[in-house]
Amino acid sequence: MLWVDRHLVHEGSHHAFRKIAERELAVAEPALTTAVVDHYAPTRARMEGGATDDIRRMIATLEENAAHHGIRCFGLRDLRQGIVHVTGPEQGLTLPGLLLVCGDSHTSTHGALGALAFGIGATEVAHVLATQTVWQTKPKAMRLNFEGRLGPGVGAKDMALGWIAMLGADGARGHAVEYTGEAVRGLSVEGRMTLCNLSIEGGARFGMVAPDETTISWISGRPFAPEGESLDRARETWATLRSDDDAPFDRTQTIDAAAIAPIVTWGTSPEDALPITATIPDPADLTGSRARKVSEALDYMGLSPGRPLEGTSVDQVFIGSCTNARLEDLRAAAAVLSGRHARVPGLVSPGSALVKQAAEQEGLHHIFTDAGLEWVDAGCSMCVGMNGDLVEPGKRCASTTNRNFRGRQGPGARTHLMSPAMAAAAAVTGTLTDVRPLLEGRL
Amino acid sequence: MSGWATHEGIAIGLPREGIDTDQLIPARFMSTPRSEGYGQFLLHDLRRNEDGTLDPDFPLNSAAAQGASILIAARNFGGGSSREAAVYALADAGFRVVAAPSFGDIFTGNAVNNGLLPARISEDDAQALLDTLAIAQQGHADLDAANLSVGGLSVPFEIDAVARQKLMNGWDDIDLTRVHGEDIAAYREARVAACPWIIPRD
Ligand code: SF4
Repeated sequence: MLWVDRHLVHEGSHHAFRKIAERELAVAEPALTTAVVDHYAPTRARMEGGATDDIRRMIATLEENAAHHGIRCFGLRDLRQGIVHVTGPEQGLTLPGLLLVCGDSHTSTHGALGALAFGIGATEVAHVLATQTVWQTKPKAMRLNFEGRLGPGVGAKDMALGWIAMLGADGARGHAVEYTGEAVRGLSVEGRMTLCNLSIEGGARFGMVAPDETTISWISGRPFAPEGESLDRARETWATLRSDDDAPFDRTQTIDAAAIAPIVTWGTSPEDALPITATIPDPADLTGSRARKVSEALDYMGLSPGRPLEGTSVDQVFIGSCTNARLEDLRAAAAVLSGRHARVPGLVSPGSALVKQAAEQEGLHHIFTDAGLEWVDAGCSMCVGMNGDLVEPGKRCASTTNRNFRGRQGPGARTHLMSPAMAAAAAVTGTLTDVRPLLEGRL
Repeated sequence: MSGWATHEGIAIGLPREGIDTDQLIPARFMSTPRSEGYGQFLLHDLRRNEDGTLDPDFPLNSAAAQGASILIAARNFGGGSSREAAVYALADAGFRVVAAPSFGDIFTGNAVNNGLLPARISEDDAQALLDTLAIAQQGHADLDAANLSVGGLSVPFEIDAVARQKLMNGWDDIDLTRVHGEDIAAYREARVAACPWIIPRD
């Protein structure tokens, strides 16, 4: 049984609130609990009530539950609103060494700050609300060691899709992953969040990076983070949060960072990922269930085996989600789009209202709108489509999100996962494109 | 929830890898109150044709599969989102057992919390069972013996010891935990003393 230092809830937590209401239980630690409106947040005409009754009801239910239990709530009109995994770290609620849970699988994102963070189901959310504890079986330890440095135009998203393609979507099942090595140390906290965010897509519930100076300077000054003497004490503790040099891992995988190219997915699982320079797999080269899986995926995706990935035409782009909608991600996309026009429509949804504000202060929104893309409010948006931002059936979307599952972005939607820079490149050419030539002279 | 030790029912096969929780229940149904029943949403889009009619070739749609309570699936079942609604859909549709070579970790926990057994079987056994299940068959699961038999085939399954106990006893975690209230309060006090920053500055 583990004590929970931080509990984050969202609209999807309605089942859990109902469970504790049925038993007439109170929330054990309202001060350690934070509610965020994200999954159903309207991204357009928000203040004018641009939402269906169902969406309004989901948001109102969260706000009522939060008010009833005395939980702080980042609602639609709050500048702290955003995707729970963007706003938690941004507000300094996520700190090294804390145990953090949320009823959402991408809670692994918070491990980027050296927190022990994992997603839980509704029954467990109810349990945490009522007791501030969670029962866990200790996972095995796995180290993913990225040696060397990334090439230009290659980032955390490519590192993540690269290892998932190598080990499989269930490759790290039952393991807690620590990301180590020069390429990980070299990532900003934002990049580390992207890397940890995708841990779950490789089957791991936990992903983490040991806190270092990069982490600590990123945390300092954030609204809910400690300051003054308390920060000094915390820093001493945080400095101890690293694996011993000779720490045993149940599994270690070393990856050459310099060999990673920009990656896109071609199928219906994040493991269906290849460098943009590769060709689409041919089921004829495979056997058994693998051959069947590839052929079903290509059928759903409307792709022909053996053709180059590059040049596949897309219908639209989406830049957003808890994977890639922080300021650094928007800057990476803007670096490609600046002074260029998008050949296809696209939606850019920042990860939080504060990211939106910061991006606008830098003028990034002008780059997106001048290129012809739509600049909207913060939320999960087209990552999961619960707020109505959907990809239409049969349409192909270059997306910075984390799941290319069948129907994830809407029934019949075809999703290709990639980095923000690669999604921007797809917007510029209207096809899956290697971003690297488009970045020449711009990095 | 009441516990169970053995289960008898109709078994069907779903020979497709990577049935993620978005397939088990598409996101658009998740605002529905549980009281309306989630069985109607199970594999909603996968079992339908593009025009919305039920695909007669989909395993769950055959006449023989009606009333099925044991599902044999392929690798990486229930990966993806933490949505417990995926388990509600299975449970409300009457399933008590899902057997597959691998499961999403969060799905496994959610299943156990709702009395649904996530039985881990070997790749070879899964394939053998799926082969026999071209037509639905009677099946039997025994938690104590960690054994699953379908048609004439009998295979062992793995389940962690705590999960097995929970399924058998129908334990409710909240009550179990509240027994430890004093220990939890003492831990909290020590934690805050050692790391005062765990209380967010407000
Ligand atoms: S952005 Fe997507 S993956 Fe992230 S929390 Fe929202 S729905 Fe989940």
